[in-house]
Amino acid sequence: MIVPLAHVLILAAVLFGLGLVCTLVWRSNVIMLLIGIEVMLNAAMLVFVGGSNHWGMADGQVFALIIMAMTSAEVSLALALVVYLHRRKNTVDVDEFRELKD
Amino acid sequence: MDFMETYLFYILAAVTVIGTILAITEKHPVHAIVYLVTSFFSLATIFFLLAAPLVAMFEVIIYAGAVMVLFMFVIMMLDLGRTDEARRPVLKQWLLPIILGGIILASIGTIATGYAAAPHPSGALTVRDFAETLFRKYGVAVEIISMQLLFAVVGALYLGRKGKP
Repeated sequence: MIVPLAHVLILAAVLFGLGLVCTLVWRSNVIMLLIGIEVMLNAAMLVFVGGSNHWGMADGQVFALIIMAMTSAEVSLALALVVYLHRRKNTVDVDEFRELKD
Repeated sequence: MDFMETYLFYILAAVTVIGTILAITEKHPVHAIVYLVTSFFSLATIFFLLAAPLVAMFEVIIYAGAVMVLFMFVIMMLDLGRTDEARRPVLKQWLLPIILGGIILASIGTIATGYAAAPHPSGALTVRDFAETLFRKYGVAVEIISMQLLFAVVGALYLGRKGKP
């Protein structure tokens, strides 16, 4: 272990906080909101990899890989939704999509 | 040699955090994605330093490669990258999320620094260990992930087709 586990956790916490702020702030652009989710998932992956290194078990790396596969599925679906919503209302502002019927 | 890796970790951590800050405050989505690619590259190097070379490679290939290119593709397809229309949220909107994020950061920081780490076995983690864990212990998870990716492809095709879904 090159650094204490606490420092890895603090870095992950900073990244997670930044992703959360991005998700909460950017209601005017759904692309930036998805970027915030990406940053948060990366912070979670960093925790898994740091724990895997700290305890000397490969399980954390496996879960990081699974998070990555999950993210690619999520991003492909979310971006297809963005394209669909943009086709309907011609905007990516999240506040515009507040009603169920069109 | 060991302390050099430690310094490298802190430098890369600073690059990651600064890149992410620049990405989330950038009003132009294309610039934000380029900043985020920078941040992901340094995060991949951190993964490499934490003895996870495969995860680092996949981070570069899948995140910085495929996912970010997908974002860029959608931005260019929907023509969202115009500089004159891009606007940042007003300052009032930043205040409360920063307070919430700061509370989460402070609580995790308090827990992490007061946490006495258990002694760990000093065996080096190799790619062989990773592969054995992935395909022996979590073989079912790999199958489920492949099904999930298939469903995501079907869902994306359904949402993205012409006409009303």
